[in-house]
Amino acid sequence: MIDLNSTWFLLIGVLVIGYAILDGFDLGVGMLHLFTTDETEKRKNFNAIGPVWDGNEVWLLTAGGALFAAFPIVYATVFSGFYLALMLLLAALIFRAISFEFRSKMETSAGKKIWDMAFGISSFLIALLLSVAFGNILGGVPIEKAGMYTGTFLGLLNPYAVIIGLVGVAMFLMHGAIYMAMKSDGAQSHRMAKWANWAWMAFIALYFLATLATFFFAHFLFEGMLHAPLFWILFLLLLASVGFVPVALKSGRFGRAFIASSLVIASIIGLSAVSLFPRLVPSSIDITNSLTIYNASSSPYTLQVMLIIALIGVPMVLGYTIFVYRIFKGKVVLGENSY
Amino acid sequence: MDPVFLARFQFAMTVGFHFIFPPLTIGLAWLLVIVEGLGLKKGNEIYRTIGKFFGKILAIIFAVGVATGIVMEFQFGTNWSEYSKFVGDIFGAPLAAEALFAFFLESTFLGLYLLGRDKVSPGTHWFSILMVAIGSTISAFWILVANSWQQTPAGYVIRNGRAELTDFWAAVFNPSTLVRFFHTVDAALIAGAFLMAGISAILIVKRKEIASAKKSLTVAVIFGLIVSLLEVFPFGHEHARQVAQTQPEKFAATQGLYASQSSAPIAVFAFPTNNPPELQAHVKIPGLLSWLAFGDVNATVKGINEFPADEIPPLWMTFVSYHNMVALGMYFILVMLIAAYKIRKNTLWESTKFLKLLFWSIPLPVAACQFGWIAAEVGRQPWIVYKLMRTSAAASVTVTAGEILFSIILFGTVYLLLFVLFVYYMMKEINHGPEPLQLQEAV
Repeated sequence: MIDLNSTWFLLIGVLVIGYAILDGFDLGVGMLHLFTTDETEKRKNFNAIGPVWDGNEVWLLTAGGALFAAFPIVYATVFSGFYLALMLLLAALIFRAISFEFRSKMETSAGKKIWDMAFGISSFLIALLLSVAFGNILGGVPIEKAGMYTGTFLGLLNPYAVIIGLVGVAMFLMHGAIYMAMKSDGAQSHRMAKWANWAWMAFIALYFLATLATFFFAHFLFEGMLHAPLFWILFLLLLASVGFVPVALKSGRFGRAFIASSLVIASIIGLSAVSLFPRLVPSSIDITNSLTIYNASSSPYTLQVMLIIALIGVPMVLGYTIFVYRIFKGKVVLGENSY
Repeated sequence: MDPVFLARFQFAMTVGFHFIFPPLTIGLAWLLVIVEGLGLKKGNEIYRTIGKFFGKILAIIFAVGVATGIVMEFQFGTNWSEYSKFVGDIFGAPLAAEALFAFFLESTFLGLYLLGRDKVSPGTHWFSILMVAIGSTISAFWILVANSWQQTPAGYVIRNGRAELTDFWAAVFNPSTLVRFFHTVDAALIAGAFLMAGISAILIVKRKEIASAKKSLTVAVIFGLIVSLLEVFPFGHEHARQVAQTQPEKFAATQGLYASQSSAPIAVFAFPTNNPPELQAHVKIPGLLSWLAFGDVNATVKGINEFPADEIPPLWMTFVSYHNMVALGMYFILVMLIAAYKIRKNTLWESTKFLKLLFWSIPLPVAACQFGWIAAEVGRQPWIVYKLMRTSAAASVTVTAGEILFSIILFGTVYLLLFVLFVYYMMKEINHGPEPLQLQEAV
């Protein structure tokens, strides 16, 4: 019923969702860091995600590697097509990665401030650029008959993609604020819960706008959707989890709010994936030029080998990731080994 | 400007800079496995101090390694999209496997190792650095699988206008994978040994925490001597033999053998000129090359003249990089031998000059890695995949020269800044030194 190519579509979807949920809160905490003034609170930001952010980022690398292995034409076309945007993204990822170690070694507050800025701005840029890229893929990019990309850098900043980009930023902000509310205590936790509420409202407004925009600019995404049961399941999940976030926040149950916002991310990406399927990159020139899971894929043998690799690797990764998260669970306590 | 040249320059720059850090990570991680393991076994506080101190050094190296490594995963698509389309059926798998089996392991457990010392049992803490070491080594394995496939492709068929995988294990264990894996990982161990030895040496010179510095220096020297010897024989030797058999053009270029010859000599030293390709002021040992490559002093080794002009690599660069690497390899053995001798005679701690030499030798194994990498990759030219695809046909078609130039400037600036910061923070950490032993015991 579900062939190899579809399986790989699903697996890459799982990797993207895994990345968005896990690094999503890192990016949110990073953006919120820009608005944190107290030194102890700043250190808590770093230490709340310090032990895990790097592993979280690997989900993105794995998604990239899996895309290369399973759908090399998409990997080649999109990455060379989005060249400048990707270079900026990579530069932002570099600055975020080094800000943890380098900030903790600064002795003056001016020195620390530089890395605070680097951490916050790069987190924002990563969240924005990734979401804008996602918006471009959803809305379709100029791909000619031979599978050649013909767009420009400025073309990537079209209104539709920017709206999706802002949806992403609001979503990660909400997710990160809930995470930080969970990991900190006292005034910081309280303030983070407020941030989460504001971000939640912004997210709903932007998501509504994005859906409207999709109807006008990327109507093909709705084709046949309204009859697909999976679409409705995900849609209901989205509604329920979005609705539950403020309820959980109000009662101070941040763990539950975090699960709810994780489900928001999962269902929103799931919905996008369902409406793209079986396309991977729609063409805005002519929808029949789109890259699909069939015309852009590796050979069946490679997909099979890769599936075995994934079936061995992913459970292992989940196992020790959960192991390490459990060790660092609970509120952040600053100690001598902390950042 | 030629976009292919710019793409190559950009790629070489970003890979070369990144490749400073992984060897240090791998080498230092394994040394920490030993040190923390000794601490676990003997329950001696001194090993814990060493582990903590070098753990901080590892954290800095790892951070810059990760930061610059992210770029790698995406660059085949951005710079070499034609290549990615041609080999994606084969080449993507090892990259995905690297992320799945290596990156997750090393980064997840490094977080635990660095920030979880007080949260887990000593055994679990040791296990976490072991996982970091294993993870970084698995990472080396998969990236070398991918690179070795470019050198000696196997397990594929050309179908549908691309290389398609037909035998996964044949592609993974292609003729050069294992020899290159051992050669490269051992080079990384040398880099780690020189790092730990050099830092410990300067701590002794500066009279900082001498007790623990002596201990870490001793561990590093014993380890360094073993791995330096192993690098020449068997690993270096086996790799050279493999190249002689599978990539004769590259072999001839590394050896400066421009005309075929029976009982071919080894050029111990020479100034190569490019046009015409000749070795000036050379010192040669007759017959040695034939013997080393084919086990027979009289064997004929193919020279550059045997190959079509458009299938030979740049000669000067290949020769010079290769010979610098070999010379450094000999230097490592010599230095480690002297250091080991001085430790045995108990005179090393007072030999300030030699200790300083150890410190200033820290960058040399990294340089040797760079030379080896240049010899391997430049020696493979003009092919991106040996005999299958030319580098000139592999670059992205849709990316303009201006865009590549922009990214060269962007990454050039960022990497320069990173390098300065890296050296600055390393020196800062070294000057800070390990924690005083007594103070720690009091806690």
